[in-house]
This record gives sequence, C-alpha cells and structure tokens, in this order.
Amino acid sequence: MAKPTEYVKHIESYVDSSSSPSQQAASVDALAILLRNDLLTLEALVRELDLYLTTTDSIIRSRGILLLGELLTQLELKPLSDAAIHSLIGFLTERLEDWRALRGALVGCLALLRRKTDVGVVTENDAEAVMKSYMQYLQVQSMGQHDRKLCFELLECLLERYPNAVQPLGNELFYSICEGIDEEKDPQCLILAFHIVEVAAKLFPDPSGPFASYAADIFEILGRYFPIHFTHPKSEDIGVSRDELSRALLLAFAATPLFEPFAIPLLLDKLSSSLPSAKVESFKYLGYCAPMYGSDRMAKHGGALWSSVKDVLYTSPESALSVESESDGGMIFEESDIMVEALILLEGLMQQNSDLLLDMILGDEDINNFICSFLKPWDIHDTPLQLRQQLHSVGRLLAVSAKSSMASCNRVFEKFFPQMMEALGCSVGNHSDESFATEDRALSSRFNYEAVSGNAQSSFAYTGVKGLQLLATFPRSFAPVSLLLFENILLKLVSAITSNFDKKFSWGLELKALVEIGLYIEGYQESEKAATFARIVVDKFVSWISSDEPAMPLSLKMQAICETGMTGISNMLRIVQGMEKAISAKFTQAYVDGNFESVELVIKVLECYSARVLPWFEMNGGSEEVAWNLAAIIWDKIDNSSSVNLTVQNYELLGAAMTAMKQAVRRCSQESQEKIVNRAFRVLSASTLFPLKDSPFATSLSNSEDSYLNHHVDRVSCRDEWIISLYASVVIALRPQTHVQNLKMVLQLFIMALTKGHIPSAQALGSLVNKLPSKTNERHLSQEYGVEEAIDVILTSSIWNFCQSNTLRKCSLFGGGNEIHNTKCLAGLNHTSVHISAIVGLAWIGKGLIMRGHEGIKDITMTFLGVLLENTNNGDFPESCDPIEGKEQEVIPLMKSAADAFHILLSDSEDCLNRNYHSVIRPLYKQRFYNSVMPLLLSSTRQSNSIITRSMLFRSFAHVISETPLSAMISEANKLIPLLLDSLSTLTEDVMHKDVIYNVILVLSAILMDKNGQVAVLENAQAIINQLIGLAAYPHMMVIRETAIQCLGAMSELPYARIYPSRTKVLQAISKALDDPKRAVRQEAVRCRQAWASIASRSLHF
Amino acid sequence: MTLGLINANPVVHAKKERVARPLDDPHADDAVDPLEIYDYVRDIRDPEHPYSLEQLSVLSEESITVDEKLGRILITFTPTIQHCSMATVIGLCLREKLKDCFPAHFKVDIKVAPGSHADEEAVNKQLNDKERVAAALENPNLRQLVTECLYSSEL
Repeated sequence: MAKPTEYVKHIESYVDSSSSPSQQAASVDALAILLRNDLLTLEALVRELDLYLTTTDSIIRSRGILLLGELLTQLELKPLSDAAIHSLIGFLTERLEDWRALRGALVGCLALLRRKTDVGVVTENDAEAVMKSYMQYLQVQSMGQHDRKLCFELLECLLERYPNAVQPLGNELFYSICEGIDEEKDPQCLILAFHIVEVAAKLFPDPSGPFASYAADIFEILGRYFPIHFTHPKSEDIGVSRDELSRALLLAFAATPLFEPFAIPLLLDKLSSSLPSAKVESFKYLGYCAPMYGSDRMAKHGGALWSSVKDVLYTSPESALSVESESDGGMIFEESDIMVEALILLEGLMQQNSDLLLDMILGDEDINNFICSFLKPWDIHDTPLQLRQQLHSVGRLLAVSAKSSMASCNRVFEKFFPQMMEALGCSVGNHSDESFATEDRALSSRFNYEAVSGNAQSSFAYTGVKGLQLLATFPRSFAPVSLLLFENILLKLVSAITSNFDKKFSWGLELKALVEIGLYIEGYQESEKAATFARIVVDKFVSWISSDEPAMPLSLKMQAICETGMTGISNMLRIVQGMEKAISAKFTQAYVDGNFESVELVIKVLECYSARVLPWFEMNGGSEEVAWNLAAIIWDKIDNSSSVNLTVQNYELLGAAMTAMKQAVRRCSQESQEKIVNRAFRVLSASTLFPLKDSPFATSLSNSEDSYLNHHVDRVSCRDEWIISLYASVVIALRPQTHVQNLKMVLQLFIMALTKGHIPSAQALGSLVNKLPSKTNERHLSQEYGVEEAIDVILTSSIWNFCQSNTLRKCSLFGGGNEIHNTKCLAGLNHTSVHISAIVGLAWIGKGLIMRGHEGIKDITMTFLGVLLENTNNGDFPESCDPIEGKEQEVIPLMKSAADAFHILLSDSEDCLNRNYHSVIRPLYKQRFYNSVMPLLLSSTRQSNSIITRSMLFRSFAHVISETPLSAMISEANKLIPLLLDSLSTLTEDVMHKDVIYNVILVLSAILMDKNGQVAVLENAQAIINQLIGLAAYPHMMVIRETAIQCLGAMSELPYARIYPSRTKVLQAISKALDDPKRAVRQEAVRCRQAWASIASRSLHF
Repeated sequence: MTLGLINANPVVHAKKERVARPLDDPHADDAVDPLEIYDYVRDIRDPEHPYSLEQLSVLSEESITVDEKLGRILITFTPTIQHCSMATVIGLCLREKLKDCFPAHFKVDIKVAPGSHADEEAVNKQLNDKERVAAALENPNLRQLVTECLYSSEL
C-alpha cells in the first residue's frame, strides 16, 4: 500500500492550477499506476479527494472532478466492483448538473460508460439516469468546443451501448438531440452529431414511433449542411476532411426511410445548382439513399429522378474528349464526375425498379428521336461536339439499362437492335459482311446475358461508326480467327485506307486499327500472321511511296507508312528499304530538274527520316546502318549529277536534306562518320568550288586570297551551294574524335562561303574549332591540324581586315594592303554586307571557342569591340555635327551586327553546337565569358562619347546579360543594376533596340524576384522606379510596358520607407497606364495600382 | 436558423472557367469590353456569404454594357432576393472597384435589374448619386465592409 503522503502530493500537484500541463499529466499518470497496481484503492483515493470534489471553490472542484474523470479513463481496463461503479456513476451523473465543473463529470461518465463487460459495466438503470441528467441539465450549444465534443461523445456512447436504456425516453430524447446539434459548426463535433442522428434513427425505425414525429425537425437541421462546403483551406488543421464529413452526413441521410419525404426533394433541388461539386454530391447521396429508402418510397420520385439524370447525361452532357481520342476523330469521352455519379444512380435505380425506369427511358421521345436521327448515314466530321457527346451518353445510358437484368436487356434490344442492324448496312458500307458476322455471333448468343449486355455498348458504338475498331480487336478477343479471315480483314482495312483518305476520322481509325493489329502480332510472335501483315499491309504501303496511286495526300501516305513501320523492326526495315529506293529514284529528278512532285516527295521522305525513322531506330536500338545508308545515298546522288546545271533553287529541299544529313551523321559511329566525311570531301573537291585544287594551295594561299575572294564572291553556283551546305551539315554533326581530311582546304572554303553570308559554313567552322583536339600529342595519328593551327588559319584570313585596329593575331602579315582594303570596304555597301557576313561568321567561330573555353575567344571579342569603337571614331561622328548620311547607313548595320554577335556567342542554338551534335561544352562557359567581357564593355562604355557607339555597346551588354544565367550575375547585382538602368535609358532612344530592351527588362525583373538581389534593389530603388515609370509608357512594344508595370508591382513589396516617396509618382504613371490601348497592360496596371495604393492605408492590407 | 442573414441558403453556382482570350492582333488596340469589366468584378465577395458575386449569379457578362467611345459603363446586377438590403452595398462595391480599375473619364452607371428588387427605384437613385456614394464611403463601417468584399481572401 502506498502511503498517503506519496499520492497526496500528486493530487495536489494536479489540482493546483498554477502547475504546468506536463506536470499535471505526470501526476495523473503516477496516480493511475498506483491504482492499477493496487497500491492505492479507488475508495481511498475518493476519500482523499473528498474535499476537492465538494468544495465550493469551483475552480478547485472542477480540477478535482476532472482528476477523477481522467483517472477513470486511464483505468478503463481495470476490473471494478459493481458497487464502486454504481456509486461513481451516481456521483458523476449528479455532477452533470454542476456546469462549473462539468468537464470532469463528462470525462468520467464517458469513461465508465465505455467500459467493457468483463471489467464491470454501468447498469442500464444507471445509464438511463445519466441520459436523464444529460437531457435535464446539459445546454450543449452554450458550451465550448471541447465540452460540446465530449457531450456528443457521451450521447453517442449512450445510444450505441445502452439502446435499451434510452429507448423509453422517446420524444424527450429527440428534443434533446435537436437542441444539441442545432447550429453546430465545428467539423469534429459535426461528425459526431451526424453519427448520433444515424444511430438514433436506426434505433427507432418504427414509422409511427417517436422518431417519425421528429424526423422533419431533425432533417431541417441536417439538411442545412448539404452540400458540405468547407472554407478551411487545410483539413489537417482540424483533423477532419471534407470527405469524412460528407460521408458522415450521407450515412445520416440514409439512416432511415423516414427522411425520404424531406431528403429527396432537397437533393433534387440542389441538382439545379450549376456548381459541379453540388451536383456530384447530390447524385452521390441520391444513389446511396435510394436503395435505403426502398423502391416503394422512391417510386413517386421516379419521374423527377429520370428527368434530372437525363438532364445531366443527355441534355447537357459534360464529357470531355479524352486525350487519345483526338486522333480517333473524337469518339472516346471521359465522363465528368457528375455523369459518373448520375450513371451510378441510374444503375441503382434500375436494379431497384427497372420496369418503371425502362418505361420512362424507352418511352422518352427525345431519346427515341435522337437515336432515329442517327440511323441514317451520317458523317462524324459534320457532327458537332455536343451531338457526339450526346451520342456517347445515350450509348452509356442504354448500356447501363440493359445491364441491370435480363428482362431489361431484352426490352432494350427489342426496341433498338433491329433498327441499328439496318442502319449498320449503310453506315459502314463495304465492311458490312464482317460486321454482320460479328453481329450474328452476338445475335446467336443473344440470350447469353453477359455477352449481349457487353455488346449493347459496342452496338451503340456502331452507330458512331466505330465498327472498324471492333474489327481491330477482332483478332484479339476471338483468338482462333482463321488466317484467311485475318487476311480478309487486312485487305478490307487496306482498301478502306486507300479509298477513304478524305474522311479524316474513319481514316485515322482504320490506320489505328491496322497499327493495333501490327503491334498485336509483334507482341505475340505470330510468325504466320506477321508474314501476312508484312505482305499485305507493309509492302502495299511501301509501294505507295513512289507511285501516284492511291491519290491521297503525301503527308497522309507518309503517316500511314511510318506508323505501320513503327510496329516492329522487320516492318521498319522494309519501309526503310522502300524509302531508300524512293530517294534514289527521285532525288536526282528533284534536285536537278526541280520537278515539283519529286521535290515534294523527297522533302516528305527526308522529313520522315529525320523526325520519325532515325529517332525510332535510336530508341529501339537499331543499327547505324540506316543512318549511314541515307547519308551515302544523298552523297552518291549529288556526286552523280555533277554535269547538270541547276536552274531552280529549292531551299526547302536543301533544308530537309541538311536536317536529314545532320540527323543521320550524328547517329553514326566514328568510323562511319569518317567514311562519310571523306566521301563528302571527294564530292567537294570535284566541284567548281575548288580552283585551288590545282594550285599549290598550301603555300601561296595567303597571297592569292584577296583576288580569290573577289573572284568568287558572286560566282557560287547552285550545285556548289548544295555541296557546301551538305558538307557543312556533315561537319556540324561530327563527333570530336572524327578525323577530317584536308582540313586546311576545308577551312578556307568555309571562310570563303561565310563571307557570302552562308550561315551553315560559319556554323561548321564553329563546330570544327569546337571539336578539334587541342594539343598535338592528343591528336589522331594523321590529324594534320589541332585547334591552334585551325584558329591560325581562320584568323589570319584577310576577310577580317576591314577592322583597322584588328586585334587578331598576325594581322600585321598583311601590312600595307590592310589600309587599302579598309578604305575600299567603307566605300561601298556591297562590302559592308560582306563585312557583316564576316562578323556573323566570326561570331559562330567564337561560339565554338567559347563553348570549349578556348583562349582564342579573347581576340574575337576584341575584334567585335574594335568594330564597335572603331567605326564611329573612324567615321567621325561627333555628337554636335550631323553624321554623314551615307556613312551612317553603312556603319550602323555593321556595328549592330557586331553587337548582335554577342547574342550568337552566348545563345543556345538548335542547328549546331549543342549536345545532340556532340559539341565540347565546358561547364559554366557563359559565366566565365561574362566575367571576362564585362569589364571590357564597361570601360569602353565609359570612354565613348558618341551616342551611337554607346547605344551599340549597351546593346552588346544587353545581349550578354540576357544570355548569362542569373545566378552568375546576382552576386554583383549592386554593380549591375546601375548599368542596367543606364542601358535601358540609352536603348529607349532608338526603336531599333526594342527587342533588346525587352530582354534587359526581363533580367531586371528576375533580379527583383531573386532574394539575393534584394539589397542591391533596395539601394537603387528610386532609380529603378524612375526608369520603370518611363518604360511603362514605352510606345513601341506592349510586352515592355506590361513587364515594366509588373516590375513596378514587385517593387511595392519593398520596405515602406524606401518606396513611400515614389508612391505618388508611381500612382500617377499607373493611372495613365489604366488607359492603355492594350488589355494586358491595363490589367497589370490595375494590379500594380492596387499594390501601390494599399501601402499607404492599413485598411487595404489584407 | 441564424438570425440576421437575409438569404440564409442561397443557390450557389459554379464559377465559369476563365477562358484565355484568343491572341488578338498585336498591332490593333484592345477595346474595353464587357468581359474585361466582368473579370474585374466577378470575384467581389458577397457581403453576406463567402461566395463571389459570380457564384451567386448576381452578375453576369451579359449584364454589363460598355461604350468605349463615350466612356460609359452600365452594370445591371440582380440581388439574390427581392428585399435584399445588401443591394446597395453590392452596388457600392461595384462602384469602388471600377473606380480603381478604370481611368477617371469613364462614367459608371450601376442599376439593379428591373423587377429584381422591391425598392428598385430608390436603390438605383442611391447608387448613382455621387454625394450619397461619397458619404457612404466616409462611413467607417460601410467602408470596412466594402474593402472586405473587394479584397477578401476568403474565396
């Protein structure tokens, strides 16, 4: 036995309201352990507690009773004598009267009532006394949330565990329930309240009993909660989710049929809401309640229910086209939740009372007329989406009806099946024999309930001209289809595809069916069928490539060919063979004569190669042979047509050929690439581009170059352009290890071509310098050039010499000739364009270098800067005097291209120099370049006086910052922001720069949004706001205004004291923007204005 | 039933999906149209319930007309019940919102739909009387109610 001193301190610690909750909990636990181990008897404890339980100090009394309650809760499993329980429950029942100390009494009663039978339970008489006391004294709704919850738990426990005790109380009980749950708003209490109603209703099922008289009142209280609308954003906060609540309410609704007269009208009424969630809930409740209420009670609502179901399913079906059905012409729908629930309801109702509903469904004139309207031939393309949705819904509706029982199935079929069969004959025309075969089976098994109801749906799908898809699944589901029949099916489908190409929907369906069949055969390794498939379908399609038959559009042909090819490797190889043949046959024709049809065909085939076939092989692990063959064929064709003069330039064909070439070469291995590049070089060297091949090229090149350039500028024939473009494509796609022969000649050739503005050559040069090995010892055995030598060759070329202070290496080689050349170039526009091309070319070369992180980029950058600074100084435009018109016209484009070169240097290109084309990419190369070029640009900007130079320098600056990752710049945001603002103010002077301004302002907005930039933004807040206000009215480009206003909006988040001085200014500027001609700007302005207006008044902050 | 709510259980409608406008001609000006105005006012909260005016069908795109040349906007709204004393508050909210969203040269007329309110004429007169609107917004209680409706985050 424990000594009184031991446990008294625990009691005191618990009752003392100044001790912390954890101390109190510890005391309860300590006492519970003593009691559980019989070191302390309950009697002794109660005697010790005596004063605490009866004192007039209500705080201490409530603590004392709560202690008793808590202990009883902990002792739920400890056996207690009946007498002890009786006296305890008697005491606690009495205490329910004492509202000041209620919680302990509630907790204690609950603990006692919940006890299991083997440890001693409260007698029914005592339970009745508790219930009476509860009804007499407890004003549930006037209590706090936790007490209410305890009350509800008590009531719930009484109803569940002591039904006999509460039963005699009848009316009074329900009065008390109504009073208790009325106006309850707490979700946790509500769940209990709903459950109480459910249990109580089940306790009194008698239609003339006490519940019946209170049903209306109780339902009035319950009905208000439907549909459950949750304003709590997170259900974790309250421990109850919306679904749980909704489920509890549903169970309460369905607890008794006595609710039917109130519930069904309410639910039907809520269906009129256009809120989808309300509809879904209503249907769910109806579907659940209907079987509970029983068919007799539901019968009188039949009409209303059918009309609401019809409304949702038929009148305004909300099914969405499923994603994959786009290609099917849109007959597969995903039903909305509402429709799903409505169908579940319908299914339930059908099972309950199928006759009544079937009468209504089959007798419904709308539905009948609708079906009749589809029994004549019609075309899916002319059918609006809504009709198709309706068709789908009606199909589902009838399928559900037919499924419910055999009798209803028969009735549905008697009504519609004969008509549909008749209609089928027209709607699927030439396929009717097979279709009928299927139908015959269906008919013969008509009384087989499963099969027929399964077919009910498909037969309705038939009215939607989906017969062919059934055919596609035909070989699958009816496995033992004879080979002959299979052949027949394929033939039918092929002939349908051949003739039906103008009907997009059925054509797509038929093709899909074929593809499905192909995949099925491939998946199940049916060699016989595979052979048949290849013979009938693949070979047939392949034969289309080069023939004019059938007369369907080429794109459809290619689609059919590719999709069937993708069913398996053997089919794909057949198709590739066919396509190779077609290219061989038509390429010369297309490329030499410009024969329109051949050109189109070859373009399509090449596109097909680059977009579908080559990626497919890569994905499915095919060999590189296909890629290699394609490249070889093209080069053969080019080579063989050397004698012909091309008259029509067809850039589209060239483009397709280049893409295909790049795609093919990049997938080849190093050896194949070497073969291709050598083959290509032979063609190249045989072309007229090479007068050099006879001359001692390597030694005398630099001397002859000038004259050589002049000669060749205007004299590139079409065939040469083809050859060099394709050669450039090959070079672009090479792997770094691949060795290129005669590199020096190739380089010279590309340089020559790029001066004529031939971009692929420039890109190829860039790719070359990007991939060449950097050190001699790393080189391939016979590699004659490393990157250093290549750069030497490139940079010593005289085409860059127009820039007087050329910083490129070895420019001194050209000595005096340089100046002569320079004056010449400034004199004529023709030369300006050459120089622009040269700058663009140099930019691509620079891009190659920059990506591998080569030092050479410095010289190139200096060249660009040189052009930017040189020309104005040289051209002498002081700000005061008017620039000479002619000069300005020449110089500005040149400077612009030099500025834009920075864009080429840093931006990512899809055509070349990316991972796909095996580029060497050094990590963080953009950041490195940014760090090295920024000081140069800044110092140049500071030094220059001319407006044009400054604006061009800022243009370069803008390109650099907009292409560099933000994370590289944000650490220096403090320095960057003033520059950004300077550049914005300079660039706004000329419309020419508007795109660049947009890029700059995007960078600015990114800095504003970045946490790390906040300090810098704060320091420059005034200047930024002023600049943004100016841009908010920028007249030439809407997105600039929009972004500027967005940025202004973001600025309003800054600390109040910083931005308050600008508030009036901003608001004035923004009110002007409210009148902007563009809506997007106006909307931003409204938001921004709201943000700025609210910083000054507290009432607007929410 | 809670006392004091004028319409305790209104029928709630679905919010219509915000359809992205098709990309307009980038060079033409976008005229102010009813949809634009509707977009601004549809999310104003009802003074009584945590629903937007759109959800309670108080407003619709069709009930707004606009003439950009004359700079006039006319909004007709339908209170949920005939004797709704909140009609004037809704009107005030609309007026306040449009004042924020459009330049001052637009003249805004706000009316209740004909036959939708017991005191139609009085309400219309009150809503379009500058002095009374200004006076109403001076009243701190009304002001607070209006701002709550306009910038509520309950929806």
